[in-house]
Amino acid sequence: MSDYSLKTMMNKKERLAPGHRMCAGCGATIAVRAVLRGLHEEDQAVIGNATGCLEVSSFMYPFTAWEDSYIHNAFENAGATLSGVEAAYKVLKKKGKLGEEDTFKFITFGGDGGTYDIGFQSLSGAMERGHDMVYVCYDNGAYMNTGIQRSSATPIYADTTTTPVGSRSNGKMQNRKDLASIIADHDVPYVAQTTFTSDFKDIHRKSEKAIYTEGAAFLNVMAPCPRGWRYDTPDIMNICKLAVETCYWPLFEVEHGKWTLSYEPKKKLPIEDFLRPQGRFKHLFKPGNEDLIVQFQKEVDRRWEDLLYKCNR
Amino acid sequence: MSIKERMSGNEAVSYAIRQINPDVMPAFPITPSTEIPQMVSTFAANGQVDTEFIPVESEHSAMSAAIGAEAAGARTMTATSSVGLALMWEELLLAASNRLPLALALVNRTLSGPININCDHSDGMGARDTGWIQIYAENNQEAYDNFIQAFPIAENPSVHLPIMICQDGFITSHAVENIELLEDEPVKKFVGEYNPEEFLLNPGKPIAVGPYSVSNYAMEAKKNQEDAMENAKEVILEVAKKFYKMSGRKYGLFEEYRTKDADYIMLIMGSAAGTAKEAVDELREKGMKAGVLKLRVFRPFPEKEIAEALKNCKAAAIMDRCESYNGNGGPLGSEVTAGLYRNKVIIETVNYIYGLAGRDFTVDHAKQIFDELAGLVEEGKEVMQHQYIGLRK
Amino acid sequence: MRTDVSKINETTPHTGLTEGLMIFGAGTSKEFKTGEWRTNTPVFLEDKCKQCLLCAPVCPDSCIPVTDGKREKFDMDHCKGCGICAKVCPFGAIEMKEGIEA
Repeated sequence: MSDYSLKTMMNKKERLAPGHRMCAGCGATIAVRAVLRGLHEEDQAVIGNATGCLEVSSFMYPFTAWEDSYIHNAFENAGATLSGVEAAYKVLKKKGKLGEEDTFKFITFGGDGGTYDIGFQSLSGAMERGHDMVYVCYDNGAYMNTGIQRSSATPIYADTTTTPVGSRSNGKMQNRKDLASIIADHDVPYVAQTTFTSDFKDIHRKSEKAIYTEGAAFLNVMAPCPRGWRYDTPDIMNICKLAVETCYWPLFEVEHGKWTLSYEPKKKLPIEDFLRPQGRFKHLFKPGNEDLIVQFQKEVDRRWEDLLYKCNR
Repeated sequence: MSIKERMSGNEAVSYAIRQINPDVMPAFPITPSTEIPQMVSTFAANGQVDTEFIPVESEHSAMSAAIGAEAAGARTMTATSSVGLALMWEELLLAASNRLPLALALVNRTLSGPININCDHSDGMGARDTGWIQIYAENNQEAYDNFIQAFPIAENPSVHLPIMICQDGFITSHAVENIELLEDEPVKKFVGEYNPEEFLLNPGKPIAVGPYSVSNYAMEAKKNQEDAMENAKEVILEVAKKFYKMSGRKYGLFEEYRTKDADYIMLIMGSAAGTAKEAVDELREKGMKAGVLKLRVFRPFPEKEIAEALKNCKAAAIMDRCESYNGNGGPLGSEVTAGLYRNKVIIETVNYIYGLAGRDFTVDHAKQIFDELAGLVEEGKEVMQHQYIGLRK
Repeated sequence: MRTDVSKINETTPHTGLTEGLMIFGAGTSKEFKTGEWRTNTPVFLEDKCKQCLLCAPVCPDSCIPVTDGKREKFDMDHCKGCGICAKVCPFGAIEMKEGIEA
């Protein structure tokens, strides 16, 4: 893997063109740009995409924001669709219809809806069969495209339109599913959890590694959604920083079952720091709801300790 | 030079697949089509094909992967039956709307409930509005011949639509019959190489597939898809002509068996056509002018040609091996009568539902039907327009 | 044949659309000017810019092009005015002002 330099990385040709219809300040396209920078300049890609915010906004006929070949099929089958593309690549190469110099990489994007829930089976199948591809989940913690409904990736107590806060409800009742661990248990060559850091080094390193590791790889990228999370739009980098520093969203890698921590905060911040700037958690700060934050913190701590153990820390 | 053999319908289609040597086959097992993916993966395991077989985890994923592979530039096919086809429904629509010429070997089995593994046409019929070309076979020979014609039809530039080659589950797929196989080389030449102009894996020429579209474009796209389906009829006939040159076997939109001077015609699809022909031969011996119109191409629906073929008879029995649950009959019952009406052909018709979930359709049943038609025409007997044959009443 | 997006709009007859609504090409979204969306506009104070490039990756709309290791002017045809770049700039070289004018 190359030595990292933001300048060198930003010099690469842009693979996501402007003119797509994502919201101003959207985290998903920041994630896409970062992941695609993991590709070496001479390599071409076929990008897959599950139905969701990214797909409807990035390919609205006749405007495609993708500079590489792109296929959208349906909501739940990004994994299966790209499996087919990858198999086609193997055959065309075998038959000599593609030359040695024609290298393609396969990267498919899905939101947490199309990945954790409706697309789970298809993702699991693709990972289990070991296709040489990367599945990237841009995790914004809800079915954002249809109007912020809860997914299994939604954190506990979040206010969503199907787990609304009301006199009898504190929001979503379950903790978020730890999908990276589930995919790691598929014993694939590479799984990583990441988000945006100011130098974008973590996501870049992991993207490049995922793309260039032979076999199936999975990247779980936390991609904040200003509309669904209700924070001040320009603040996205700070939200990501808080997610990492509170250990809500730890950064790690798993290679064939071997866990490595990418970053350990010197001072672990209390979860309130992550929750406070977001409107979807504002009810947690009402007097009388203190215990909810205590529970949230307990679960964050439990998962963090578990992760430290897995990473031999 | 033909090879005389005997094999089941599944073996025959698998033999054709080996000769065609498609690039990619994603598949999920389901009775009674399971043998096809099994045989193909055995061919692959023994290096007899270059096919990349993908053992996907569901039929929905089978069609999803097929769409990915075909869009990527690989000649792709799969096989399924019944609820496997039903599970793929969303994807069938996308294969057609994305104009991908992939092939599917459909081994007809009834849709659930109750779950039952035997033959009827509810699976293929359930997909009749998905935009796929559908061709039905009476026996293993036709299943084999139809499959060899599949890709040349689908890949024709004026078509570019996916195609389903259907055969009756267990009756055709598993029964061993005589067959005349073609040699490998002529089949390879007939089917040719798949060289699409635009595809995902085209170096330096990226494409984007599967857009979101506002209403400004969607209706126009659907019209274009319909135009392609209409073009398919001519292409099917052209390919059949070429196939005749290679094999000596003639195919068209349907087979007219002793219908030229027939007073009573049974319109039927699939293996039961053989039973009907048997009945016709016996009735002809007794002096009744009976005939069988065996429909081969269901989609696109050759309404005009059917009306033309039926116009001189006195009464037609329209045989449906599935229910439409529309309160008035089965799919062929609706489509054939609509065709007759639109072409100003006024004859007596009766729609019979038969053979559901593998219920046997016998020569006696067929003779009963012809007698009923004769009764209607010659004696003015009252006949129920929509009825079941072979049902315990 | 590669798609010419300029020939496709809501007056195009059905025969003028691409097969299967595929696009034989890439990056055609550049033709759509999302810059019309913004209600705030970034102002690039070039003399304050140290070319650290921390702004370039955070733009969701690829509106800060980089050439030879240096950031160029904002792509005002497409900038939606989200303000993330202004927030991350450590040197105050980007200021958000109200309105759509550059």
